Parts: sequence; C-alpha cells; structure tokens
Amino acid sequence: MKLRGTAHKYGSNVDTDAIIPARYLNVSDAQELAKHCMEDIDTGFVRRVKPGDIIVAEANFGCGSSREHAPVAIKASGISCVVAGSFARIFFRNAINIGLPLLECPEAAAGCSTGDIIEVDLTSGEITNVTTGKKYRASPYPEFLLDIIKSGGLVSQTKKKLARAR
Amino acid sequence: MNLTEKILAAHCGRKSVTPGEFINVKVDLILANDITAPLAIKEFRNLGTKSVFDPQRVVMVPDHFAPNKDIPSAEQCKLMREFALEQLLVYFEVGRAGIEHVLLPEQGLVVPGDVVVGADSHTCTYGALSAFATGMGSTDIAVAMATGEIWMKVPAAIQFVYSGKLRPWVGGKDLILHTIGRIGVDGALYASMEFTGEAISELSMDGRFTMANMAIEAGGKAGLFRADKKTLEYVKDRAKRPYKVFDPDPDARYSQTIELDVSNLEPQVAFPSLPSKVKPVSQAGTVGLDQVVIGSCTNGRLEDLRVAAQVLNGKKVHPRLRCIVLPGTQTVYRQAMHEGIIERFIEAGAAVSTPTCGPCLGGYMGILAAGERCLSTTNRNFVGRMGSTKSEVYLAGPAVAAASAVAGRIASPQEVAG
Ligand code: SF4
Repeated sequence: MKLRGTAHKYGSNVDTDAIIPARYLNVSDAQELAKHCMEDIDTGFVRRVKPGDIIVAEANFGCGSSREHAPVAIKASGISCVVAGSFARIFFRNAINIGLPLLECPEAAAGCSTGDIIEVDLTSGEITNVTTGKKYRASPYPEFLLDIIKSGGLVSQTKKKLARAR
Repeated sequence: MNLTEKILAAHCGRKSVTPGEFINVKVDLILANDITAPLAIKEFRNLGTKSVFDPQRVVMVPDHFAPNKDIPSAEQCKLMREFALEQLLVYFEVGRAGIEHVLLPEQGLVVPGDVVVGADSHTCTYGALSAFATGMGSTDIAVAMATGEIWMKVPAAIQFVYSGKLRPWVGGKDLILHTIGRIGVDGALYASMEFTGEAISELSMDGRFTMANMAIEAGGKAGLFRADKKTLEYVKDRAKRPYKVFDPDPDARYSQTIELDVSNLEPQVAFPSLPSKVKPVSQAGTVGLDQVVIGSCTNGRLEDLRVAAQVLNGKKVHPRLRCIVLPGTQTVYRQAMHEGIIERFIEAGAAVSTPTCGPCLGGYMGILAAGERCLSTTNRNFVGRMGSTKSEVYLAGPAVAAASAVAGRIASPQEVAG
C-alpha cells in the first residue's frame, strides 16, 4: 500500500499534550479532537493539513500520557501516516491498534523538511522524499504486529479470535 | 531471569521469556479512568462481548476531571459509572475515591507479582509493589476487559543500583528526577527499569511509589522493585487476593546496569519543559513563582503531605503565591486531618482540595495563565501541561515545593526549615 502527501516536520519528544491537550479530553469524538490536533506546538497545523499528509518527527514521538485520543486526533485530521526517529511505546501500541501506520526511520526523519512531498510504501517500508529524490528504508513490522495491522486493528483481530473460540 | 522476565513468564505459562519476544499475558487487574474509559467502553461494545472476563479484576475510577468539572466531563463520568454498575465492576465514586494510582495500592487491589494493565500511562506506579504494571491505550484495555489477556513485547530490563545514604529532605522524587536527568526522557524507551541498592532498601513505600510512577517519564514500560520487608508489611492488612513474590535469579541478565552514588544528592528540580532538565536546587537560581501544587499520583501520599507540612510548619505561604494541596485519596485526606496536617496547611494559607488529578493535567483547580510559573510535585512539565502554553512548570518533591511556597521562589527546604 502506497501513501503520498506533504510532510509536516517536528523535532524530538513531541508529547501527547502537544498532540492533543488535556483540556480537550472531556470529549472522545474523533472529529472534535482533530480540530485541536497539534495545537500547542503548531497553531497552523489544522488549517494547513490536507488528507493524506504525513507527519515526520525526530525521536520519541508521542511520549507522555496513554491517551488514545492522540493517534485518533492525528488520524482524524487527515494524516495518513507518521514517520519518526522513534516512538514512545504506548503511542506506538495505540496507533497500531487503531490503524494509524507508523514508520520508524531516523534517517528519513533527519532527511525530510516541512513541505517536502513524501511517498511511503507500507509493505516494503520504503520512504521516498520526492522533493529531494532521497530514499530511505524503515525497519519492517514483526510478524506479530503485521497480523494485527492486516486484521484491521486489535479489535477486529480479537473479534475473529473470539468467533473462532466460540 | 530478571524480575520483569520472571513475572511475565509466569503470566504466559512459560518457563522463560526473552526480551523482544511477543507474548500473550494473563492480566490480574485492569484499570481505566474517566478520560480513557469512554473510548475503552466503545471498543468493548465493538467487540460484541456481553460481559467483562472477571468484574472483580476491572477497576474504574473517576479522578481526572472529577468531581465533574463541566458538562462534557459529567457525561464521560456518567458513561463510565453506568458501565461499571452494569458490569458490576470495582468502582469508586467521588467521596470514596481519589487518584487511581494512590487509591489502588491503598485498597489492596494490587499485590506483588501481579501483571496490571491500565489505560493510564502512570499505571507503572504499582511496580513499587513488585508488580509488572504498565500503561496502555483504551483499545488495549477493551480487549483485556473482554479476554483477560493482552499482547506484550517482553522488554529489555535496565538495572539501576543506588548506593549511599540519602541526605535530609531528599526522597524518592529526587532519586527519580536525578535518574531521568541522567538517562533522558527516552533513556529507558521500551525497557523496564528495575530499581535496587542500599538507598532503595532504606526508602519508604511512599518513596518507591513516587519513583515507579515516573518510570514512564524516562520512556520506561515499567519500573519495578523487589518485594522486601517493607513491601510485605504494606500489603499485609490490605491485600484483597493471595499473591506470589518473585525474585530475580542471581545470574539475571540486564541490558544495562547503571550505578548511582546518591550520598551527596541534593533535592532536585526539573526545569521547563522536560522532566529531564534537572538541576540540584542549589543551582536553580532565582525563579519567582505564582503557584505551588502539592499532590498527584506522584506525591499525593501521606508521607508527602507530612514532609510538606513539616517545612510549612508555623510559616506562611508567600503573599504573592497560591499554594494548592491535593491529598491523593479520601483515606490520605482523613489521616492528614487526624495528624493535624490539613490544619497546618490552612493556617499557612494554602488551599486544600478534595482528591482529584485537577491541575496536574491542566484540568481544573489551578490552571495557569500566560506568563505564570508553577512549581509542582506532579510528573510532567511539558508545554501547556498545566494551562497556558506560555506558562512554565517546574517539578520537585514535596519538601522543595513547601519551601518554595514560603519563599515565593524556588527554594531549598534547608533554607526555609533548617
Ligand atoms: S495525577 Fe496527573 S499524572 Fe497522575 S493520573 Fe492524574 S493526571 Fe495522570
């Protein structure tokens, strides 16, 4: 599966309070949350983001709280995938579980700037910066996680398992 | 095997596990709160299961925006309450509750050797009881509620050995801030942290809860302590279930061992806007403050309030500053009243609140305006965490917090209380 979009670039340690501030957590509707996505570090994000765009960030993206509202808000804002140097572990789980693709690749993170056109091949893990012409490769998903992704997220996978058990 | 591997192996029916392996783990306890439960309940319904795998092992606590701060929060709490009553879960109502991570250990719901998963990142707090406890998202929790199991990747374990005797006014918060300062906010990414050494044996249970609580601030999946006399003493009259103590093998392997001599450690302060930007209090310089917060799942326990009250004793909160105290649970609150601690706070001019997360996550009860500075005993000082994105949060333990409340700027307890 191939994704293509404009990069929105951020630095290290983008925390979940920056992705979706706690003051908006009194609701859990995805579209409502998306209205405030990235608000505290990038007030213009919601205005600029177009469906299919890609967030690129350096190390430890999504650190902080366990709020699943963070990947939910990113996905609902139209972002198709996040490329980062590394991810905080709860954010990583949450994104996989809800079907927001993530790619871990420090070289790609360093080689992309805001406005670059990025192409991502989720199957091979290949990331192409169309603007600079450079190619990168993210570490592939382990089999175990690939199964969750292919099943369409953790809930669908569990549903299937439960059906089999019955 | 190390402690992490021992507990995880026992919960997936295997003789041994190794870091990097994916396993399905049986969970002993599941937790959600008023922010994360609504999403978890929605996904639980999506699964099509009628009831949770064991109602006695699912706990829900309204604490983040409860007592309800506004209408949307009230709706979220209502949704959670109705689900909890329908499913006969372990549920604590406002007035009998408190902050989840102070409440659950206090109520004996977590015991040594447990695997606990919670839809809250600070679930790692229970590592103080020698349980493997970790935060997850709402979907994970939904699946765990339905099946009693969840997938995990066995983390590598980093061992932290603390040697030396702590100086006066130095506690668990200072140890963990110092550690995060040393390894960074992703220094333990994907790893579990095992804390040991003579300074740890000396540390109180409340101090250990504080340390385990902030494992996540180093990126850790869990922060564990071995069960010792103090642990067993703590759980003796509380434990609601039988338990099994696990010990690391003598030849246990760790991905790294970090040794820290803490005999000269000063009280620590984390500067904005990362918990790793740590300095000893003597090097904090002159930082004027508008607010001091004492409470949270990090430092809202009885010992924390005792320390703060000891520093505040007979003194007044600086006239230019608000000092807000939030006892962690109703039990902590009541005990603090019995000991005359609450009275001392009020005499000093502090505001004492009912237990809630409140200002810790910028919810309510002490939100910061642009340009304001707050020193807080909580665990995160990210931009905008406690209010305006133009406000600043400094993190420290209760002794520095109380001293700073008196001085009106960041101050050492030694300077204020001697
Ligand atoms: S006190 Fe703060 S860190 Fe702890 S559970 Fe509440 S909001 Fe989270």
